[in-house]
Amino acid sequence: MQWNSVGEFFAMGGYAFYVWGSFGACALLMIAEPFLAKRRLSEIRKSLIRERIADELEKQQQTP
Amino acid sequence: MRQSIIHWFRFASPQSFYPLAGRLIPWFWAAAALFAIAGLWISFFVAPTDAQQGEGYRIIFVHVPASWMSMFIYMVMAFWAGLGLALNTRVSAMMAQALAPTGALMAALSLWTGALWGKPMWGAWWVWDARLTSELILLFLFLGFMALQAAIDDPRRADKAGAILALVGVVNIPIIYFSVKWWNTLHQGSTINLNKAPSMAQTMLWGMLLMALAFWMYSIAIALVRVRAIILERERHTEWVKHAVE
Repeated sequence: MQWNSVGEFFAMGGYAFYVWGSFGACALLMIAEPFLAKRRLSEIRKSLIRERIADELEKQQQTP
Repeated sequence: MRQSIIHWFRFASPQSFYPLAGRLIPWFWAAAALFAIAGLWISFFVAPTDAQQGEGYRIIFVHVPASWMSMFIYMVMAFWAGLGLALNTRVSAMMAQALAPTGALMAALSLWTGALWGKPMWGAWWVWDARLTSELILLFLFLGFMALQAAIDDPRRADKAGAILALVGVVNIPIIYFSVKWWNTLHQGSTINLNKAPSMAQTMLWGMLLMALAFWMYSIAIALVRVRAIILERERHTEWVKHAVE
């Protein structure tokens, strides 16, 4: 390992802005994207469940 | 033989692909995480300082995987779109649609990390160089594909229009790949070449390959999550979807 201290690691030999800017952007987008995709999936699921409950209620009202 | 063909075509229907994708997703997330941990460890703690670029070169560990994936996802997207166009299979078109946002993300990351690498090494965030310009066109192709599909109301027609755009755009992939050979560019040549030994330290190479695998597994996982949402959205009026969600 080439780092003598934590500070040296974060300084990245003077390239901190560029190195952390690159890895940070990747981390940010690759955390945000799964979050958004999972939200999209859960939203359509919720909407389908609501639809089914509405259908069932309608059936119950029709056959008392 | 005949049975195995039928077996594979079974997954071409949204109804059987939806649960299959659901079962596969956790495995791809796990693989992505494992490769990322190993890749990041090598990127920061094992790979030595570069003789010319100091620690700044470490951007390579995200820049190259993002660039590779942007090109690879485009080819896979065009393949699914083309298959959907030729065979009229619904899942293929949905798969192409699910891949586009992730491809755009990879192209954007490639350009972003490239700019952050170009500034300290070349002294410029951006140059109108063949490699950079063709990668920017790739980003626009992904965005154009998404915009075109969103603009057409009838999903089947949107699939067809998108497929034609995707297939025409494939011509850009060899341009990106060979741009550093065909034109005299500021961008350095390929790091990995099939004809000769890699021009970099073994540990650097391993770090890059592991990170590329992590990006690859990530892309599969996210595309499967998105394709499940698209399947439910587009098949919502079918009987099976009503029973697929509990």
